[in-house]
Amino acid sequence: MTPIIRVENLSKCYRIGSRPAHNSLRDMVAELIRSPFHRLRGGNRSADETIWALKDINFEVMPGEVVGIIGRNGAGKSTLLKILSRITRPTKGRFSLNGRVGSLLEVGTGFHSELTGRENVFLNGAILGMSRKEIGSKFDEIVAFAETEKFLDTPVKHYSSGMTVRLAFAVAAHLEPEILIVDEVLAVGDALFQKKCLGKMSEISEAGRTVLFVSHDISAVNAFCERAILLHEGSIAMSGPTREVAAYYLDHANKLYSPITWIKFPEGKSKEIELTAVTIAQRGAQTNIIDCREPFTVTIEYENKKAVRNSRFFLLVRNEKGEPLFTSSDYDLLSDVAIDRRPGKFVSTISLPGGLFKTGSYYGTVGADIKYERIIFAENDIFHFDVFESGDDTHAVRHTRVGIIAPLLPWHTTAKKSQNS
Amino acid sequence: MDDPLILIDADEIESGLHLRELWAYRELLFFLSWRDIKIRYKQTLLGAAWAIVQPLFAMLLFTLVFGKLTRMPSDGIPYPLFAYAGLLPWTFFANAVTNSGNSLVGSTSLITKVFFPRVIIPAAAVAAGLLDFVIAFLLLIPLLIYYRIPLRWSLLMLPLFIILATLLALGVGMLLSALNVKYRDVRYALPFFIQMWLFASPVIYPSSIIPQQWRWLSMLNPMTGIIEGFRTSMFGTTFDWMAILFSIVITLFLVVSSAYLFRRVEDSFADII
Repeated sequence: MTPIIRVENLSKCYRIGSRPAHNSLRDMVAELIRSPFHRLRGGNRSADETIWALKDINFEVMPGEVVGIIGRNGAGKSTLLKILSRITRPTKGRFSLNGRVGSLLEVGTGFHSELTGRENVFLNGAILGMSRKEIGSKFDEIVAFAETEKFLDTPVKHYSSGMTVRLAFAVAAHLEPEILIVDEVLAVGDALFQKKCLGKMSEISEAGRTVLFVSHDISAVNAFCERAILLHEGSIAMSGPTREVAAYYLDHANKLYSPITWIKFPEGKSKEIELTAVTIAQRGAQTNIIDCREPFTVTIEYENKKAVRNSRFFLLVRNEKGEPLFTSSDYDLLSDVAIDRRPGKFVSTISLPGGLFKTGSYYGTVGADIKYERIIFAENDIFHFDVFESGDDTHAVRHTRVGIIAPLLPWHTTAKKSQNS
Repeated sequence: MDDPLILIDADEIESGLHLRELWAYRELLFFLSWRDIKIRYKQTLLGAAWAIVQPLFAMLLFTLVFGKLTRMPSDGIPYPLFAYAGLLPWTFFANAVTNSGNSLVGSTSLITKVFFPRVIIPAAAVAAGLLDFVIAFLLLIPLLIYYRIPLRWSLLMLPLFIILATLLALGVGMLLSALNVKYRDVRYALPFFIQMWLFASPVIYPSSIIPQQWRWLSMLNPMTGIIEGFRTSMFGTTFDWMAILFSIVITLFLVVSSAYLFRRVEDSFADII
């Protein structure tokens, strides 16, 4: 079988010198006046400042494969998709695509707020490469998917942002190319609609079409890509079965990510207690990407400026929507006398179990109060972590259930003894 | 092994106009010009009447200043009619060039997010101008009746000049829109450039007032043949075939060379816009 996508030695270079400012003749004149001095100083800036957004990328995709592309921001994911979508040209290398390509780098490209929903469906469809006939025949399906039947003849400017996104995604989801290129579009809309979109995506892949899917959401990639490519600083760091790539990504999260969880606080926020750091770690390494099946820890470092009687620390975890999941306190399992409240520096480590969180983003609040009296301080949402599912599809289903947590609980089932036996 | 559908090689310089690909995207051209038309007069009081207001007021002004005050000759045609018949193709051309010249920079989100032949954007801006032209043309009918201008066979020549004006606007529009992506000066130079071009074209005055030895110079402006031809088709004076031939040759040269130039630079639009 011949590959449907073949990428060879693909590289893309951006010249930063000429990129941000719009070139105008005035700039050119200014540059001309400046440049002799530049030469004198030995810094030929505008010519030399280039960045390689992609370096020597090679891979092949077979027809019907669903491949995920992961990597942190700036790793080159979007550049790769832009080149494959033919929006921009590679600086070096070549690639071939052996089928009709539909690419979806943004939801609702070309939507115009003055036009009605119906008009925008046709316009957006045409922009994505659908014919008028094709859009016409799928129109009812698109509208039903978006759940905006009632507002079809209302200008989009009166839509809520959620409705606009639903309609835009519905158009895109009904694109039927042989190769579908999708960039992080699932990051929009409410959770329920995201689930619907994911479902539509798996439908597309089950229909045997080739999909290239970029996401920062490893769970989504895990859920329906059998293979993944990890990009790091413009090069392929690893490629292979999604589970292995995802595991590698997490193990190396520290090297790939600079941890953003470690926070230094400004001096003198509280005269009694000063929080100095909050860190999250899993499998012994600092990270803010959490494998949902494994336990992890939150470590709080603080300094008591003086002895504070009856004080207690608490941790509050909220999900993306701001719904609180739970509050925990260092006082819960101890009596207050057991806690050391002398002046000095302290470290508290809170252990959180694996198999509790649903996939998604979470925010933590840390604070301290005096029982029945007052709050000493509370730092809202001072740390953040993402939870992803490392198991296969059957496990991923757990995250779509009703409820704000998805605990893995042991069920013991035995046959009940009949009394008459 | 079959040849792949799409093969992009950084070392291969794109050549050819890819007309087949352009044909495949013809519906997008329709949708984009339809969008331009739909939103152009949204939230305006006068709506599509603006298409008439612009040439009508220019006609009244020109009639007052040039027809009455300076007594500009008009080849025996009543000056208001003379001016309006010149203003029709001119207004279409000027608006089409202005809109298409600014069209690419106004479509940044499309260019950076979706692939399609970029030439569709300036082309749609030109095509959208045709509707305004048709609306403004309707006003010509009562004017022709009022001044008792009879129908002539030469009217059949009108489409030729409309097509020429469209092609010329497309050629100039492609060139300016591509330049505009890299040099935003175009946006500021455009109105001035259009105004200069108006005075270089026989809109206010007839070509016949230009001394014979300088005629060829005015023919180098392809709008000369188009505007004069437009009037001649309606008022039955004699066609200046030389001017028309100049117009056709220069217009075709401009369209083809702009199209090749556009093709050469369009791949870089997404990176520099």
